[in-house]
Amino acid sequence: MKNILEYLEASAKYYPEKAAFTDESTEITYRLAVNKAMAIGSSLASLGVRNAPVAVLMDNCADSLVAYFGVVYSGNFYVVIDAKMPSDRINVIFETLRPVAVLTDRKHEEKALGLKFGGRIFIYEDSSSCPIDYPKMNEIRMRAIDTDPLYALFTSGSTGVPKGAVICHRSVIAYAEWIQETFGIDESTQFGSQTPFYFSMSVLDIFSTIKAGCTLHILPKKFFSFPVRLLQYMNEKHVDTIYWVPSALSIISNLKALDYVPLPELKRVLFAGEVMPTKQLNYWISKLPGVLFANLYGPTEITDICTYYVVDRKFADDEALPIGRACSNCDVIVIKDDGTEAAPGEEGELCVRGSFLALGYYNNPEKTSQVFVQNPLNPHYPELIYKTGDLVRYNERGELIYITRTDFQIKRMGYRIELGEIETAVGSMDCIKACACVFDDQNDRIVLVYQGDVGDEAVREVIKAKLPEYMHPNRLVQVDSMPLNSNGKIDRNRLKSSYHTL
Amino acid sequence: MDKLLEILQDLKPGVDFALEDDLIEDGILSSLEIMTLVVELCSEFGIEISPLDIVPENFKSARAMHALITRLRDED
Repeated sequence: MKNILEYLEASAKYYPEKAAFTDESTEITYRLAVNKAMAIGSSLASLGVRNAPVAVLMDNCADSLVAYFGVVYSGNFYVVIDAKMPSDRINVIFETLRPVAVLTDRKHEEKALGLKFGGRIFIYEDSSSCPIDYPKMNEIRMRAIDTDPLYALFTSGSTGVPKGAVICHRSVIAYAEWIQETFGIDESTQFGSQTPFYFSMSVLDIFSTIKAGCTLHILPKKFFSFPVRLLQYMNEKHVDTIYWVPSALSIISNLKALDYVPLPELKRVLFAGEVMPTKQLNYWISKLPGVLFANLYGPTEITDICTYYVVDRKFADDEALPIGRACSNCDVIVIKDDGTEAAPGEEGELCVRGSFLALGYYNNPEKTSQVFVQNPLNPHYPELIYKTGDLVRYNERGELIYITRTDFQIKRMGYRIELGEIETAVGSMDCIKACACVFDDQNDRIVLVYQGDVGDEAVREVIKAKLPEYMHPNRLVQVDSMPLNSNGKIDRNRLKSSYHTL
Repeated sequence: MDKLLEILQDLKPGVDFALEDDLIEDGILSSLEIMTLVVELCSEFGIEISPLDIVPENFKSARAMHALITRLRDED
């Protein structure tokens, strides 16, 4: 086993007519998925390169999954680009990524044509109906190794430049093996997929689906505003496994929607991406007795997850859930500031070692070497660990407890946001003298404080053009002068505590 | 209606809620914003909105929301 396409092909052999991926309007069988992906691979093979980045600019739909596999057939790796992302930010990503091609569909062709990059544009509808070049496909596969890149996912970076974590086939194979054996995913599983494909959590749904030969149903995003409709849709699709961000689970529980529409077929509820409010979880548990609930933890840089906790006891509403123990074939160590291992109960930074680790950040050796470092506990041979930047400790049961981030990075609706990136976008306006972004975690608000001869309207225009919606500040505060601390730096603590009085 | 528009402006500045007539299909209000709105409408207008009423038709415009509020108040 050295390439994830072996999963797809084995499932197509055993279950050719079964639906692999569905969305509101489409259903793609395993046989069709392989045929279309090979056609795309044959079309992209004309690029004559391998292990190079191909950006995929499509909506979150069943066909986009086929597009990703198509890129893999061509011997290259795919980079999921959020089709709703402003072109300015895509161009910033492209400056680092320098994609050899963009694979898009008719709907986004015009947007793709407006992007700044030197590569070619391929249209999904055309490429997926190209003749398949079997000898070429075979030749590409013969040369493939399991440490070749499979995909890169871009996350927000602290200097305002997004970072692209590159993940290889080996990492996803190791990860998918852990998921399947831990949660008993088999050919009968029906995934109800919530997270967009440019988010690392979707890796669980996608790759355990093709490994087990089961079905992934993309849940329409708009239904997350209307829980009753969402639950009805899940029942129509016989969804039995979900892996959502806690904010999405909370939408259901805040409205007690399971009181109106029960989910009799649901077997597994997994969640990750942010802290799960125990009060919300307790509602879900009370409505779904006998269902497996698990709290998963991990960043994009280690494929998706490194530790997990299967809920096996009752928690009070104000008690935090553990993040549990390391996954099979993955190890975590807790390192203190002085580089030594934390004793049980002591706080330290969670570090990860093993096959789940990303290869690094694409075209960014500097950022890569800051977080992918030699294991300080092993001076004997080269061994990289990934530093998560999260503070943790072990409780008396030997379970890991998450404490906080070690830096300014925040999480909102499961998205990772570096406030610095918002500041960079706004600070780039000529008329802005100073600006600072703070996160009011009490009210879950991103607040942008700025100084400059310009109005809120103009600032909002720039934000809209440069940043994806989940990064938009909820409050803009204009000040005559920026409050500074004794070091002469912007006084962020003061901004955070009293922005509403400025 | 004025009070409703005020709540909407506060939730999502920079949108002309008096004119917009498809807040859902146009993707103007996110799921989190709709949930926040439901909570605020309940506390501001002293109503209870059942999940069965939280459907796109009732939230697609300020006018539709106003009609929902009026109906729920009358039912009380």
